Amino acid sequence: MTLALIILRSLRQHLLSTVITALSIALAGGLLMSVWVVKVQSQTTFTQVNTGFDAVLGARGSKLQLVLNAIFHLEASPGNLPFSDYEFIRRHPAVKLAIPIAVGDNLRGYRIVGTIPELFSEVEYTPGRKFAFSSGQLFNPAAKEAVLGSFAAQKLRLHAGDTFHPFHGLIYDEKNQHAETYVVTGVLAPSNTPADKVIWIPLHGLQTMSGHDPRAATDVSAVLIQLRSPTAGFMLDMMYNKQGNRLTFAYPIGAIMAELFNKIGWFDQVLTLISYLVALVSAGGVLVAIYNSMAARRRDIAILRALGARRRMIFGAIVLEAATIGLLGMIVAFLAYAVILTGVAAIIRAQTGVMLNAWAYNPVMLWAPLGMIALCALGGLLPAWKAYRTDVAQNLAPVS
Amino acid sequence: MSLLAVSALQKSFRTPEGERKLIVDVPQFTLAAGQQLALRGESGSGKTTFLHLIAGILAPDSGSILLGERDMAALGESARDRLRAESIGYIFQTFNLLQGYSCLENVMLGMAFGVGADRERATAMLTRVGLGHRLGHYPRQLSTGQQQRVAVARALANHPKLVLADEPTGNLDHKNAGESLALIRETCRENGATLLLVSHDAGVLATFEEVQDFAVLNRAVTEVAP
Repeated sequence: MTLALIILRSLRQHLLSTVITALSIALAGGLLMSVWVVKVQSQTTFTQVNTGFDAVLGARGSKLQLVLNAIFHLEASPGNLPFSDYEFIRRHPAVKLAIPIAVGDNLRGYRIVGTIPELFSEVEYTPGRKFAFSSGQLFNPAAKEAVLGSFAAQKLRLHAGDTFHPFHGLIYDEKNQHAETYVVTGVLAPSNTPADKVIWIPLHGLQTMSGHDPRAATDVSAVLIQLRSPTAGFMLDMMYNKQGNRLTFAYPIGAIMAELFNKIGWFDQVLTLISYLVALVSAGGVLVAIYNSMAARRRDIAILRALGARRRMIFGAIVLEAATIGLLGMIVAFLAYAVILTGVAAIIRAQTGVMLNAWAYNPVMLWAPLGMIALCALGGLLPAWKAYRTDVAQNLAPVS
Repeated sequence: MSLLAVSALQKSFRTPEGERKLIVDVPQFTLAAGQQLALRGESGSGKTTFLHLIAGILAPDSGSILLGERDMAALGESARDRLRAESIGYIFQTFNLLQGYSCLENVMLGMAFGVGADRERATAMLTRVGLGHRLGHYPRQLSTGQQQRVAVARALANHPKLVLADEPTGNLDHKNAGESLALIRETCRENGATLLLVSHDAGVLATFEEVQDFAVLNRAVTEVAP
């Protein structure tokens, strides 16, 4: 009780430096937790997101590019493959389901992807969950109709019954408008997958869009594949990638994405290192703030000692005061974390359609505050030592 | 029966030149329980050092300071702190109130390191010194005389056996000094505390029945301020 009173009064007496130091800790703690959670969650999410497929078949090229293009709707397509290749893989006994997609158009930056209705009726994008409609219904594969992902519909402000003209290419250029008019028949419920930021139209519609090369009217950009067994994936990998030289079979999707994170792992390390440094500097700030105020505190310390406070109590009070500044900072750090992660999650969602769960528990939410408080307490040791050594008689002046 | 018995007490300090200089050299000094004694001494005569030694704030070079049955001089620092917190009340010339704490908190803190903070007792003491209506006020919100009264309440709140007062009226005007002195003596009597007061003020010393000259008591040669 007495110790708590001494700490609280001391914090109040040095309110400005307490607030500034606590804010710097909040920023450091918020940054540290955000970097950590974004790193862990994006790795986990992106290596787990496969929208219900095991593999992707596409034109010869990079597996990563193929996965980014067909699953995450990022990057350019490595090229097309003839419809016969789709037919072949669809009938292959090792394949449970094959869904062709065609890309190449956009609506104000949002990709238009041609596909078949089975994507919505057969595929569970996550175990036990199929794509559902928040409004309207699926397109007619023979009509110029479209279904919008929830995020795309929200950003483009399109609803069931609205119409639009597609634009050629993956990058929006208003000069490249196609003549066709498409009618929105439905909007998908949020799935927190890349499908949310896509405008889905019938495969045939995209293949035969005005201005597209008529020679490629039956080609597809990629085939999304569900396998009957994991071993089938390695067999097809051998068949397409080792024995063949015309197509690329990207399998398993999670491992290919993990490879991407391995490649950019150094960037994570740099960010983490910066966060650690910021945390260290903030803890140093606690040391400096308290140490600099020691001259002003000496008289109070001497009075407390004259009243009977033991040296070790004064030492403990200063260390606990430093730890309390750390605690206050880390409470505010969760606010900073929420702000930073909400912003980062919004950017990632806008770019990929994948939603990070900012509030999902991560061990960093426990060890970062504890570590930061411990670091601050450590920063309090030097001023506490100085307080411990305060000469009572000298600081109870004047002497008669 | 004596409450305080000092014998062969010596305390020296090292000068900047590196020599040891004896400040306090008191062969014998006693105080009976309930006694009120004033020590006359000029500034720089070593009075405060003498009180700090009795209070256990400073450790002597040699000698003994028997407070009741316990020898303050033979105790380690932590034990001296505890004995001081439990048995001694100290009134300083500059009051030494904690500026960030209210009057009530100042008094309660004075008790906290001894027998424990007691809000009721602290309130009663502040009421006794006429500050019952200022419990939540901070020292800066009080007049000098009122601050001195808080210091008196703090010194006596813990039922000390011995109250040490170091030039307690040195910062007060004539009227407040008289009132404050009377208050210190009355409250000490009411609480059964022994009082040892040091002062160089003839007016203050004149109010005491028993006055000793510190220069006679202390055999150390000290520099007395002009």
